[in-house]
Amino acid sequence: MKVNGESVPCAVGMTILQLLQERALNPQRVAVEKNGQIVARAHFADEPLCDTDTVELVQFVGGG
Amino acid sequence: MITQPMATGITPGIVSGIPSASAPATIPHTDSACDCAVYCSARDPNNPLGISQEELHDALVNRHGAALQSRLDKAIVGVAGLGGLGSHIAVHLARLGIGRLVLVDFDVVDISNLNRQQYTLADIGMPKTQALLHHLQAVNPYLVYAPYTERITAENAARLFAECDIVCEAFDHAEQKAMLIETLLTQLPNVRIVAGNGMAGYGSANAIGTAQPIQRLYVSGDGQSDLSGQLPLMEPRVAVCAAHQAMMVLRLVAGEQAP
Repeated sequence: MKVNGESVPCAVGMTILQLLQERALNPQRVAVEKNGQIVARAHFADEPLCDTDTVELVQFVGGG
Repeated sequence: MITQPMATGITPGIVSGIPSASAPATIPHTDSACDCAVYCSARDPNNPLGISQEELHDALVNRHGAALQSRLDKAIVGVAGLGGLGSHIAVHLARLGIGRLVLVDFDVVDISNLNRQQYTLADIGMPKTQALLHHLQAVNPYLVYAPYTERITAENAARLFAECDIVCEAFDHAEQKAMLIETLLTQLPNVRIVAGNGMAGYGSANAIGTAQPIQRLYVSGDGQSDLSGQLPLMEPRVAVCAAHQAMMVLRLVAGEQAP
């Protein structure tokens, strides 16, 4: 699959939440788009990923 | 000494009536219906020359061009959070003449805000919506401002910004930024968001840019400078990020899609 433009292997049964954990990203501080659709935080744990998916992860930092 | 404004329909008679620095600021003249050509106490202190909506709009058209100004006139833009980013963004947008601005913040102006936000000493203790409204009306009293003094949540965000073409995210906390973006992108199918992400400290301002990582989401900032690293938020760098966000709004209103 593609994550932020980079090709990476997708483990069988991997979810958005697992992808975030693998990258040490706080699920409360990200926006996630899968195949052009925004994924709601409530679905991170059950949104499956596969080899053909394109995922964009945006991590936010504080300050404004 | 007040300099001669550019030729935008302001009548020379009014300009020449402005008292010099040595003259009293007001004269004993309180007739509210007066149209005298001097600065008198009956006049709106925000608009002492009584510049009309048409005059001010003509001045914007002269600067921006009629076609672009027509797009700006029709735009409806929201600003979520009126702190360092949001207060600057709102002033930028008012100067552009964005037709309608939806301004939301629950907070009041604190002395600690004055290092980087548009507020002044006289604003301390006022709701940020009201204080900013005064500053914006002093720039352009003829735009439509919709201020809401309430905390933005996942429950009310879509309602507050329902009419907006574009919403600028200008919160402090990363979790709140993520909440607003998820809520608006999932609940408002046409809205575009311009978020701020990473502007703390005094690292080079050249590290601040704008990207479009997700459809309908533009992000301005360096993406890294987190408050948790004890970096202070400081006026110039916050203002650079705010200008990036306002610039992206301008590009979207002008019909440009690329960051």
